[in-house]
Amino acid sequence: MKLNVELPGLHLKNPIIPASGCFGYGREFAELYDLSCLGGIAIKSATPEERFGNPTPRIAETPSGMLNAIGLQNHGVTYIKEHELPWLAQFDTEIIANVAGAAEEDYVKVIETLNDSEIVKAYELNISCPNVKHGGIGLGVDPKLAAHVTKLAKDAAKKPVYVKLSPNVTDITEIAKAVADAGADGLVLINTLMGMRIDLRTGKPLLANKTGGLSGPAIKPVAIRMVWQVAQAVDLPIIGVGGITDAEDVLEFLNAGASAVEVGAQNFIDPYVCPKIIEQLPGVLEKYGYASIDEAVGRSFRDE
Amino acid sequence: MIMIEDAVILTNVRIAPDIYRMELKCTMKAEPGQFVQVQVPGTYLRRPISICEVTGSSLVLIYKVVGKGTAIMAELGPGRSLNIFGPLGTGFPIEAVDAVVLGGGGVGIPPLYETAKRYRTKQTNVTVVLGFNQADQIFYADAFEKLGCTVKIATMDGSVGTKGTVMEVLKTMSVPMIEACGPLPMLKAIQEAYPAGYISLEARMACGMGACMGCVVKDQNGQALRVCKDGPVFPIGKVVLE
Repeated sequence: MKLNVELPGLHLKNPIIPASGCFGYGREFAELYDLSCLGGIAIKSATPEERFGNPTPRIAETPSGMLNAIGLQNHGVTYIKEHELPWLAQFDTEIIANVAGAAEEDYVKVIETLNDSEIVKAYELNISCPNVKHGGIGLGVDPKLAAHVTKLAKDAAKKPVYVKLSPNVTDITEIAKAVADAGADGLVLINTLMGMRIDLRTGKPLLANKTGGLSGPAIKPVAIRMVWQVAQAVDLPIIGVGGITDAEDVLEFLNAGASAVEVGAQNFIDPYVCPKIIEQLPGVLEKYGYASIDEAVGRSFRDE
Repeated sequence: MIMIEDAVILTNVRIAPDIYRMELKCTMKAEPGQFVQVQVPGTYLRRPISICEVTGSSLVLIYKVVGKGTAIMAELGPGRSLNIFGPLGTGFPIEAVDAVVLGGGGVGIPPLYETAKRYRTKQTNVTVVLGFNQADQIFYADAFEKLGCTVKIATMDGSVGTKGTVMEVLKTMSVPMIEACGPLPMLKAIQEAYPAGYISLEARMACGMGACMGCVVKDQNGQALRVCKDGPVFPIGKVVLE
């Protein structure tokens, strides 16, 4: 069965993409398997300047998931362009650059730096990372701000722009419509849900940042619901993400309306999860009677 | 080679209050000071557990019950399989020296065992300084003795050996080279007192393989180091201990 998916700027040989922040730049995973098997890779967020990120602890376990508050740690976009992207060029897979910042102009700076990189095929705007105190959260939860940063990014970008949406909103379709109207080429959803754990020994939040982003199987039903809502509200391709652990989860996202998926936290539990899903996917599609990926996309709300 | 393996529990016994020794039959090999990420049934994230001994056909893990995951681990009986990912991290180097001091506090002691074994194979003189709270918490002192190490013990209540921390014993000795693992205050004291050697850190981790940036520490220049990949063992003086 053919698994390839055509999306703006992305010729995915299969719909499986490791999610940004859960895969670094692929170096550690390349010690375990050939990254060329992947549909694409959403590399770790780039900001204009180097960021150390949040103090530790940055990680806490939850029932069926985890909280993280890494804080966009990265070496800055120029370092990434000079040191990580040339290394990634050896793999036959589509590189999606996740773009982050503390202010609108940061997104433009990162995009302008990466525009002439042949290896980057599309941008993924991280307007939803809930951990950066001055910026991120504000842009992703307000339709006007989300639309404005999308427009600035689109004006600057020489590659398709996907906007990664925050689930920490009352009505995600409102944000989705706003960024669609602002010219987004596609949507990625969902980012992590903001959460907290408290250490009973101290009575204080377990994470140094106090709050963190919840990911893992715990958030999958929320992600499925939001993909389902947004797929019916806007006419843009959707990359679904949230709690995927196997090929059946992937099919659930396709049925909800996603055209491709990102796999996040599960890479920490099973570092081989992406190649495993790619291997299992044809059998699972067949089992449920699909002859192609396309047939599965959006079935949950199609008249049959 | 890093791998995932369903290891089979050979033994899993309590050797001191809250301290358990688990031997896992597996093909995985490891260097001293490395760790494995254990998938504990019923939990989400893997647990990083340091490797105590590499026998050739098994790995020995010694762990302390500190939370839900390790409590479940302690209940697992022989014959059950346990999924492990590893070996991970940068361990203790075995240097060409005539004598080495190994300093361990509590549950920081286990990775020193394989380290001691490798040094003894090279005929290096090994002095092991072990710190515990009290007499009933002492474990592995005899195991180190069997390797031919000189063993010195410190207990906080003075019930066995020197009263106080591992530092109280170290102060009385010549310490040309030290490799240590234990609680942060002990590692801080060692890093301040001795110029030559290595310390092994503990951290909350997610991936355990260097990808997620969950367990970073800062080096003296403010650059990020990953405890799971660049460590857990670092040369003395490299990491800012906070």
